Amino acid sequence: MKVFQFFLLAVLAAMLFYTVLELPPRGDLDAPSNRLVSLAETQVAGPYYIQNAYADAKTPNMVAVILADYRSVDTLGEVVVVFAGMMVCFFILRRRPW
Amino acid sequence: MVGHTNSPIIEVAARWLAPAIQLIGIYVFFHGHYGPGGGFQGGVLLAAGVLLLRMSMGAIPSQAQVSSRAAVILCALGALIFLGTGLAALSGGYFMDYEALPVSWFDGPGMRYYGILFIEVGITIAVMTGLIAIYDDLLGINNARDN
Repeated sequence: MKVFQFFLLAVLAAMLFYTVLELPPRGDLDAPSNRLVSLAETQVAGPYYIQNAYADAKTPNMVAVILADYRSVDTLGEVVVVFAGMMVCFFILRRRPW
Repeated sequence: MVGHTNSPIIEVAARWLAPAIQLIGIYVFFHGHYGPGGGFQGGVLLAAGVLLLRMSMGAIPSQAQVSSRAAVILCALGALIFLGTGLAALSGGYFMDYEALPVSWFDGPGMRYYGILFIEVGITIAVMTGLIAIYDDLLGINNARDN
């Protein structure tokens, strides 16, 4: 049984390394994530952010613009998760007087 | 007393380390506009500085910096800063559309610049005080005198 487990892990590792080696290099313009128009002929999000992030928000860090402006509702959800964790600990564990 | 150490080495080391960690936390927060960093990372570093004091100096002396009660209130305030910015933008546009905020000090991209900075302030406060409040709850620390 243990031999079978190691064999399974080796096969999975081989598949993983094969996939990693097949990935396109960074900055490859022909890669699907870097094209302006996807295979379904819709606009791809990544090049739009790269082209318009600085002009839209005057912030040099593209990641901050995506995190806090384009995808700010998602970030609001993350903050609400932190707040909800704090409230759960507060209501269950906090001793009176608080 | 909860979490107090008897070693003077740890106490002196933490006394010098905690302000440095908090200074780096503020730097990481403001650096979020120009490179790696931002509200979550800076908030975690600020909380690490306070929690180092909680662990080394003891729970009661470190209440002077951020008290357990203020941590709960400030966590709610940080989340409200974020949510309130988004709701304020509803007055002239879409939810979280900083360009539509009801102030006219900057042009469109400038409003987005300062909108991002403002909500990052909210994220930093919420994450920092949220982690402190969770630590205090898990160890049973509060403002009462008997612990």
